[in-house]
Amino acid sequence: MIDQPLFHYALRLGDDSLILGQRLSEWCGHAAALEVDLSLTNIGLDLIGQATSALGYAGDLEGAGRDADGLAFHRDALDYENCLLVEQPNGDFGQTIARQFLFSNWHWLFLSALAASKDATLAAMAAKSVKEVSYHVEFANDWMVRLGDGTPESHQRLSAGLDWNWRFVEELFIGDDVDNEMVQRGIGVDKASLRAAYDARIIDVLNDANLPVPKKHRAITGGRRGHHSEHLGHLLSQMQFLQRAYPGASW
Amino acid sequence: MSDKATNEASLKGDWALWEVFIRTRGGLSHRHVGSVHAPDAELALKHARDTYTRRMEGVSIWVAASTSISASDPAHADAFFEPAADKVYRHPTFYNIPKNIKHI
Repeated sequence: MIDQPLFHYALRLGDDSLILGQRLSEWCGHAAALEVDLSLTNIGLDLIGQATSALGYAGDLEGAGRDADGLAFHRDALDYENCLLVEQPNGDFGQTIARQFLFSNWHWLFLSALAASKDATLAAMAAKSVKEVSYHVEFANDWMVRLGDGTPESHQRLSAGLDWNWRFVEELFIGDDVDNEMVQRGIGVDKASLRAAYDARIIDVLNDANLPVPKKHRAITGGRRGHHSEHLGHLLSQMQFLQRAYPGASW
Repeated sequence: MSDKATNEASLKGDWALWEVFIRTRGGLSHRHVGSVHAPDAELALKHARDTYTRRMEGVSIWVAASTSISASDPAHADAFFEPAADKVYRHPTFYNIPKNIKHI
């Protein structure tokens, strides 16, 4: 019998990382400087590595013969349970940095708490990932300050990027039945409890970046239930193309 | 120095060049490995980390603004280096170096 809540919990963990990792990989060869190209794709690779572990674990829990690749390449958008923030388009560099800033700061808090999970596998994955994500946070925070407190153009672009992504922040702190059961069993993280620490971290950086703190936004949710923006389908069509066209291809 | 490099870079709308030095293991000295572009020292360190230590090549990184490095003039190499060539007595060839000492 499948432990459904735990399966979905591992799946969500993997989907967040996978989708953002794929998004960042779209920068490969396109960033303004070679050094930034490497930074963004390094972060993308960290995230795809995390996704491989989490989706592999989800596949084991499901016990239906799907491994990490099976889950990544043979699921439709409706079956993806990532948060809406990570699937948002890259836009310009400012928009990408704003998304990374908003996600990585949450990701770090979430993983830090998950490292104390009663589920030994999730705890170990979180403890390993949190070191990588510490760097993602530093990278994103650094760029927030430089773009926000930079030229009028960089400030304007970053503000626009922040506006775009801010709508999807509320969702990160909203738990559903899966979350509630995982919290009760000592496996999951009480997401609402992360909010105060998150706001403190975000506001610190926004102040340094010379940016106003955006107003609380009505929560746009649905990612965890498979209700995604139109952007996810386009992302998946590119990511899954090879396995769709040549099922089972390997090299 | 780094402030000057930063200002020059932002004035030109381009990033300054930074030389990167990496210590591969404790006990060894930092070695020059290449350079990166970055708007300031902090990001130069991050760029160096992302560019040069992706395969666990280092335990410590230094970056220095390229403009702060003074180099010897290749045209004056004769006066600079040749006089040392015929002074064997400056080499410690009369000591036995223990085999286990590798980096001397």
